Amino acid sequence: MLELAWLIPIFPLIAYTLIIFLTKKSKSISVAVALAGIVASLVISIGVLVETIQKGITMAEPFEVAVKWLRLSAIDKYTGLNIDMGILIDPLSAVMMFVVTSIATLVIIYSVGYMHGDPGFSRYFAYMSLFAFSMLLLVIANNFFEMFFGWELVGLCSYLLIGFWFEKPSAAKAANKAFITNRWGDFGFMLGIILLYINFGTFNFGEISRIIGDGASGVGAAILTLISLLIFAGPMAKSAQFPLHVWLPDAMEGPTPVSSILHAATMVAAGVYLLARGFVLFNESTETLLFIAYIGGITAFIAASFALVQRDIKRILAYSTLSQLGYMVMVIGVGSITAGMFHLTTHAFFKCMLFLGAGSVIHAVHTQDIFEMGGLSKKMPITTWTFIIGALALAGIFPLSGFWSKDEILLATHQAGFTGLYWLATLVAGMTAFYMFRLIFIAFFGEKRTDHHAHESSPWMTVPLIILAFFAVFSGWGLVKMGYGSMVFFGHPHHGEINLGIALISTVFALGGIVLAWLIYYRKIVDTDLMKQRFRPIYNLLWNKLYIDEIYEWLFDKVMLGVAWLCNQCDRKVVDGIADGLGDTVRHTGGWMRFMQTGSLQNYALVIFGAIVIIVLLMATPVLGGVIR
Amino acid sequence: MNLSLLTLEIVVATLALFIFILGLVAPANQKRGIGYFTVLSLVVSLIIAIILHGESGTAFGTMYVVDPFSSYFKIAFLIAAVLVTMFSISYVNKLGYNQGEFFALTVLALLGMMIMSSAADFITFYLGLEMMTIPFIILTAFRYGDKASSEAGMKYMLLSAMSSAVLLYGLSILYGAAGSTLYSDVINVITGDNIDALTVIGLVFLLAGFGFKISMVPFHMWSPDIYQGAPTPVTAFLAIGSKAAALAAMIRMFMIALPETREVWMTLVIVLCAMTIVLGNFVAIPQTNIKRMLAYSSIAHAGYLLMGLVAFTNLGISAILYYVMIYVFANAGAFACVNEFGNMTGSDEIKDYTGMWKRSPLIASVMLLCLLSLGGIPPLAGFVGKFYLFTAIIDQGYIWLAFLGIGMSMVSVYYYLIVVKVMFLGKPVEETSVPVSLGAKTVMFVSAVASLFLGLYPAPLTDIATKVAQLFFPM
Repeated sequence: MLELAWLIPIFPLIAYTLIIFLTKKSKSISVAVALAGIVASLVISIGVLVETIQKGITMAEPFEVAVKWLRLSAIDKYTGLNIDMGILIDPLSAVMMFVVTSIATLVIIYSVGYMHGDPGFSRYFAYMSLFAFSMLLLVIANNFFEMFFGWELVGLCSYLLIGFWFEKPSAAKAANKAFITNRWGDFGFMLGIILLYINFGTFNFGEISRIIGDGASGVGAAILTLISLLIFAGPMAKSAQFPLHVWLPDAMEGPTPVSSILHAATMVAAGVYLLARGFVLFNESTETLLFIAYIGGITAFIAASFALVQRDIKRILAYSTLSQLGYMVMVIGVGSITAGMFHLTTHAFFKCMLFLGAGSVIHAVHTQDIFEMGGLSKKMPITTWTFIIGALALAGIFPLSGFWSKDEILLATHQAGFTGLYWLATLVAGMTAFYMFRLIFIAFFGEKRTDHHAHESSPWMTVPLIILAFFAVFSGWGLVKMGYGSMVFFGHPHHGEINLGIALISTVFALGGIVLAWLIYYRKIVDTDLMKQRFRPIYNLLWNKLYIDEIYEWLFDKVMLGVAWLCNQCDRKVVDGIADGLGDTVRHTGGWMRFMQTGSLQNYALVIFGAIVIIVLLMATPVLGGVIR
Repeated sequence: MNLSLLTLEIVVATLALFIFILGLVAPANQKRGIGYFTVLSLVVSLIIAIILHGESGTAFGTMYVVDPFSSYFKIAFLIAAVLVTMFSISYVNKLGYNQGEFFALTVLALLGMMIMSSAADFITFYLGLEMMTIPFIILTAFRYGDKASSEAGMKYMLLSAMSSAVLLYGLSILYGAAGSTLYSDVINVITGDNIDALTVIGLVFLLAGFGFKISMVPFHMWSPDIYQGAPTPVTAFLAIGSKAAALAAMIRMFMIALPETREVWMTLVIVLCAMTIVLGNFVAIPQTNIKRMLAYSSIAHAGYLLMGLVAFTNLGISAILYYVMIYVFANAGAFACVNEFGNMTGSDEIKDYTGMWKRSPLIASVMLLCLLSLGGIPPLAGFVGKFYLFTAIIDQGYIWLAFLGIGMSMVSVYYYLIVVKVMFLGKPVEETSVPVSLGAKTVMFVSAVASLFLGLYPAPLTDIATKVAQLFFPM
């Protein structure tokens, strides 16, 4: 199977090409093509995963194949440029590919029901296939450049999918926002890998870790910090870490299955995957690791606090994703890629399920405001129960998957000696349980608040939910039994064991959150409106997400467009102004320079000659022995 | 002297003269054929150029050089000329007069470019420059009934004359300092340790002249006005061919004749390069006319191209060569779209592109590919090109310049996306579809495929570029 691994990304690409060029007209064939492509990838990635475990392929000795893509030979002291396109199979990429393909398969099946009757039906499945291809390319890449290539493609696909319903102005705006915010991250990433290449002479992951391992890189600590910080800008944007998180909540404008795949297996997971993949580099700089850990911690906390007050079901889930990504980034920052990737895997399943559940609800009641729902548990039993399982997993209740991975995170943070971050993370665990059960008690229980005729969704949509629920329950325990810690690790293998004290504390916090939500939103022991009134300033601050979007909008509208306007004015008007002013002065003083009354042509000439005079003065004076030296 | 070295130039010159005559003798209802004939013969010339690309030697003493570098650029000019004439057929046909002149002048300008890329002597270079510029002036004012076109022609003529004066002045000063106009002599006389004020002034004048042609800030001001006013095919050829030719001549002159004076001109080039990138990208944002927007975008690209010269390495020059080629395709595609739309509606305003996806999916998708390529987004060729250039300058330690370049290319995505957004997301004002002529379709197809292919599999072209660039940095 291993030698077939290169086909994993190729199948969805073929599916995309076929749909776009041939089968677009027929909806059923397009679906079949997309499904066939992703299922083929799924089968191979299962094969690859099994073989990786059987053959005992480790992180240190991966399976790697590459072809030359670009070759520029080095000449004397000038570095050449050598770029490969290759595949790298180790436990990290094998597990990740399984997660991506399985979730993509389920989401595509679900989408058949969800997108039913949409005019862009075939186009949707084409984009989904392209999305899967880009993500798989990123995962299977054996060097930073190839990864960047997939990375950018993922960005492009997210643009297409978030703006899928481009008739809605808000969707178009959200797509632009996601794309442009991500470009800022890519900016750092690209600069980082170019610097990396120039210092190490290679993009290849294996070679870089060998060079660093030998301690013979000869690259200064400051440069390494610079490189790793620049590269971290990529995950900051793609995994939506504070302060580049603004695009993710808005990205909810896309169809719900898109949000689901975006949040669970592709896009946002890419950032965490990069951190794990390039960890050898980040590990070289204590400053960078510290920065990563704190950015993650801050994101986890503020996103959870935003989620406390949201009314839109998808936005609550979006902020919850942000918060969980913060966890993963934080724990990689404290030095455990095992915990980070473990949580990424379990989170992928239950978050995907939560989003699909939300989609099922939205499909039924045609609103996203949880206060307009209520009493859904009787009408939609499957959706409700899978949703509750997902929420319990997210809250980290024993023995669901989230419990195991969250515990790993807390344990790793505690063991690394970050006591402050540990308590922050524990508090976030409590907040998570609270906002999830706030959502459940309001939307699924209680009385109907508006007149909706909810009904259970079609099997296309409920079957994937049930399969995902299975994973949400068992994947945590299963992975611990499989010995995940001795497969995906950096440095020394990590044997997952439960620290009773930490497990107990986090469970107390989670249960506390659930009970509090039950008391407030089910038993209604306090009046929520009154609370809102009393804590108005805090509520407003959270509701408006600390006004970060507004600050960016201001920066963008006023500063960037302002600079653009200013440059434009300079280019077109200022010279006119100077010339006119000059002309006026001249006219007033004597009137002998009539020709200075200008049309624009003269101005252009003035600029040309003026510039030449200034440059000559600046440059020739030193040679002539003048003042400037 | 081996005249066979000049085969390509002779073919093209004969062609230009022949088209002039053809324009006079062809019956009125057959004039359309002139365009087809031009395209066909240019394709033949392109094939000849590709066959002959391995040749090298000197002609007219050492005034005229044929080498892989000049051949590479000649092929680029020919590709540009083929693409531009292909989509200008419908334009000129609609214009309805002087078809022969239009195509003959285009071919003459092409000849000028070829001479520029081969010139190894100040006077020969100047000859090529004027041979390219004068046809362009006439072509710019070709719609003489149209005020904008006439005004653009007038402006271009006067400003070109001024810039030529500056350039010629610079050349004569350098001649004064070196005592020869031949590059091979100049390099021996003007060396690093005898730089005097005269040389400095000469170099500044020279750079100003080149700066005008490649629209480098602050000598760029003519280009938005003239790009907007000129007939669209002429704008396209001006943006692609004229810029590439000036760049080719500039590289040869600075690398062969004046490398010793590098410390003098390098600082200036770096500063102006940075200014060009910043100003071009920022001012492109508020533009409402698509030709003006592309003009500023082409100013910004001049800045990116200069980065390769700043690097002054094999990598830098090969990056320029690669970038020039993809720039040709991306711009030809974009201008072909602008031309077809302008032909039908008479408008170049970005707001009129609203809902293009519904009116002409072909124009919308080709425009999308070309703009994304210009913006440097993978998997399109522009991405590889920018990566190549940035690597080249970071390699030489100009991290701040790369930082600026990458940052500004993020900004550029913004204004390209404005057009994309309007085309794909807006509701069309009119529902009528936009017809696309066969020539333009071909151009669009070729440019889109090339932009994709060179991005997905750049190795063949980069191999060639590296080999060509070795000319300046022999192993």
